[in-house]
Amino acid sequence: MSLTKAERTVILSMWDKISTQADAIGTQALERLFASYPQTKTYFPHFDLHPGSAHLRMHGAKVVAALGEAVKSIDNIGGALAKLSELHAYILRVDPVNFKLLSHCLLVTVASHFPADFTADAHTAWDKFLSIVSAVLTEKYR
Amino acid sequence: MVHFSAEEKAAITGLWGKVHVEEAGGEALGRLLVVYPWTQRFFDNFGNLSSASAIMGNPKVKAHGKKVLTSFGDAIKNMDNLKGAFAKLSELHCDKLHVDPENFRLLGNVLVIILASHFGKEFTPEVQAAWQKLVAGVATALAHKYH
Repeated sequence: MSLTKAERTVILSMWDKISTQADAIGTQALERLFASYPQTKTYFPHFDLHPGSAHLRMHGAKVVAALGEAVKSIDNIGGALAKLSELHAYILRVDPVNFKLLSHCLLVTVASHFPADFTADAHTAWDKFLSIVSAVLTEKYR
Repeated sequence: MVHFSAEEKAAITGLWGKVHVEEAGGEALGRLLVVYPWTQRFFDNFGNLSSASAIMGNPKVKAHGKKVLTSFGDAIKNMDNLKGAFAKLSELHCDKLHVDPENFRLLGNVLVIILASHFGKEFTPEVQAAWQKLVAGVATALAHKYH
């Protein structure tokens, strides 16, 4: 599965808008993840996960920044996220099912912030993009 | 069995009252067919599904989407007994329609995304969580009679 030219264009153009609210979007996606899928909190016993906490804001910003790196190197997401891939495989070892859950919550967040831009085609492009990112992050698991 | 708190029920029914079932149903089914094209396998007789705009404008997609979402409305009236409410539909989806239950989960999540785009800020993490519980409950209920 790879992105078509049209899909890359959609993602790049939407990213300009998204990056202006990057931190808020990252934070909100995580809030949604923990609210809808409480089992995901098990990966963060060391965090204060109350909505609006500094931990959440910091981590949300981190997640979206990483997505930004992937968007910047959209033709070589594997290369851009190689270090993160190793981190997730050897240190974090987040079960692969959780990438789908976070991807879904990112889509929900983007849809709620940018409804006019989030057309069916854009929805497809973002869903594919996040699937590719998830695959890259889990490709060294075994 | 899924149990919904008073707050969760309120979050769900509160939003549902403002949903245009016909429009939202068509949008949900349309997006399912666009974003996950393999789901088109169930709709060979729907005519032109060749592009996103063809799908979203397709009258059969809109009609069927309305049917599906209207049925969802029945779920909301029977949140305390989803399995009972969907028993007959479950048998239908297994025995006649041969639909993999994974498709119910996909459609449920697409519906959540559409609600997010329609309601924006109002679709808070807590409201979303209630809806995720509902769509998961409906998916499970629809799969319950599979054999």
